[in-house]
Amino acid sequence: MGKRRNWSIPYILFLAFFVLMPLFLIVYYAFTDNSGDFTLEHFRHFGMQPEAMHTFVFSIGVALITTAICLLLGYPAAYILSRMEKKTAKMMVLLFILPMWINFLIRTLATVALFDFLKIPLGQGSLYFGMVYNFLPFMIYPIYNALQKTDHNLIEAAQDLGATPRQVFFRITVPLSTPGVASGIMMVFMPVISTFAIAELLTINNIKLFGTTLQENIYNGMWNYGAALSLIMLLLIGLTSLLNSGGNARAAEEGGLI
Amino acid sequence: MQESENIIRMEHVSHSFGEKMVLEEINLDVRKGEFVTILGPSGCGKTTLLRIIAGFQKTAEGKISIAGTDMTEIPPHLRPVNTVFQKYALFPHLNVYNNIAFGLNLKKLPAPVIGEKVKKVLRMVSMTDYEERDVDSLSGGQQQRVAIARAIVNEPEVLLLDEPLAALDLKMRKDMQMEIKAMHKTLGITFVYVTHDQEEALTLSDTIVVMSEGKIQQIGTPTEVYNEPANAFVADFIGESNILNGVMIHDSLVEFAGHRFSCVDKGFAPNEPADVVLRPEDIYIFEMSEAAQFSGKVTSSIFKGVHYEMTVTTPEGFEFIIQDYNCFGVGETVGMRVKPNDIHVMKKERLCNTFEAVMVDKNHVKFLGQTFQCSENPDFAPGSEVLVTIGFGDIALQDNEEDGMLSGDVSFILYKGDHYHLTVLTGKGENIFVNTNDIWDDGDRVGITIPPDAIRVSNL
Repeated sequence: MGKRRNWSIPYILFLAFFVLMPLFLIVYYAFTDNSGDFTLEHFRHFGMQPEAMHTFVFSIGVALITTAICLLLGYPAAYILSRMEKKTAKMMVLLFILPMWINFLIRTLATVALFDFLKIPLGQGSLYFGMVYNFLPFMIYPIYNALQKTDHNLIEAAQDLGATPRQVFFRITVPLSTPGVASGIMMVFMPVISTFAIAELLTINNIKLFGTTLQENIYNGMWNYGAALSLIMLLLIGLTSLLNSGGNARAAEEGGLI
Repeated sequence: MQESENIIRMEHVSHSFGEKMVLEEINLDVRKGEFVTILGPSGCGKTTLLRIIAGFQKTAEGKISIAGTDMTEIPPHLRPVNTVFQKYALFPHLNVYNNIAFGLNLKKLPAPVIGEKVKKVLRMVSMTDYEERDVDSLSGGQQQRVAIARAIVNEPEVLLLDEPLAALDLKMRKDMQMEIKAMHKTLGITFVYVTHDQEEALTLSDTIVVMSEGKIQQIGTPTEVYNEPANAFVADFIGESNILNGVMIHDSLVEFAGHRFSCVDKGFAPNEPADVVLRPEDIYIFEMSEAAQFSGKVTSSIFKGVHYEMTVTTPEGFEFIIQDYNCFGVGETVGMRVKPNDIHVMKKERLCNTFEAVMVDKNHVKFLGQTFQCSENPDFAPGSEVLVTIGFGDIALQDNEEDGMLSGDVSFILYKGDHYHLTVLTGKGENIFVNTNDIWDDGDRVGITIPPDAIRVSNL
């Protein structure tokens, strides 16, 4: 048994160096100032500064709207996919996932070029377009997975008991796909909050998202402030995760991806 | 009028999945209020039949009417039937109460009415006070009861049950069988039950429909199906049987296993070959004496709890399975006797293999999808359609399918006392019947060889 435990040492080392230590460093920098003394100054600064707060709230708003659009577009797409013949469906899923094999920065730059070509000015519209374009597959795939795994017997049972196709959809299919939907929401909401490249490129840095603020601070040497901002973002993501973990036990069984 | 008595009518129903014919010319009438069981081995088409009644499967040909109305085109949610599924199919996101109330909620009945109906039906399945429970916290038996409750609360004309007890252990199954029978009496509605367990069918039903390979083999009461099986398949499937080749010398006299016995069957031509069925419990076994009609040596003796099951081999080489309270040990010589009433004689379905064929030339004939060499047949012009007959005992089977002229799968093995009568399904979907002394297994892939002089060619 001891020998087996030794096998996990490389992974523990990896975890320690690349996950725990950076985390510790962030916490350290967030709570100290230039001279190394403990301070809550950075958090206060964040709370006081209207600009920072505004960006923060705006980012959450963008994330919520993007998630909503992805859900509205993604659910029907996943449903149509789940009703197709297995072979066609597999091919279609592949087509959905294929773009993700291309680096997302390249794709975003290509979107910028597309907008230029079509002579559409960049701004909020292009921001949402870029976000949804990038994250839509993350919404479609978990929902499709959950819909696929729905026991066909249940649909037949509902029909047998008198449910019209519409009633079957709203009373059986949708409730049973909730774990997939939850998964999809998580896979979209969390990355959108922290992503900044899309905002930078598709709005020529006109619209600042939280991620951008974070990146700017770190880039410009304001490590302490940046660390504080990081911690705030981490907190937000942690909260969302926790809220979702209520449904996670069943989600894991029924094919949610997280 | 007869029409109103039949709650379900199926006429000329046929269905295939791709190339495979799953149901062939099914004609079935179910009387109102009766308990009908569709009985057969796996793959015989019984579940497909049930699904066609429920509406989950649209039949390619044929018509089905329920309660006098043609339902062939009607989808499942508009039919006055409810199904109890084999795997229960309870909705995991609803508790017991809401599962049962599902159908009633769809009909938008007022809440107090629903409450009353659900309570009443929970009492009927002995699951009162389980309303708030989650369905995954219930045992298999409990889930099955909820599934039954969910179906019957809608007061359907017909209740369909698809092997509902298959996943339960023996004791639970026996208890539930009795409960289902009691429910049928109380509710008074028609039950259509599907199972592969013949004991279950015999216990529960008013009428049994025996199916095999997509065709109905026999319809009758449990006693009829048990005591008077219509053919070798039914005789072999229901209960244990000794099935042997015999000859009806004349009415009431049959010869088999080298001896003559009086029997009660009539309606055969003199010396007509027939199949003889003897139930193991109907053969009297005793120490060898003058009273014996025939005798043999015990070759195996197994205690089965209810009785001893013994195998006795006669000097002529025939094996009989006998069930008796008394034990006779291996090696003992015993005498046996059968009452005339207990000998059941059935008409043979066929005396030899028959195929429609085409003459290729005077030495070759084509059937079963390939050309076979045969003995010279100058009477038939090449290209003409002919009839080919081959005796059961003239065909050879090989382990290796490459060694044979064609290949097939063993689909049914019937022990005839001194040899095996095999049904082999060839690639073309046609059956070929072979007598052999070798022991084969169901599903074995075999090579089939037909020697040229075994092929008899005649006019169509």
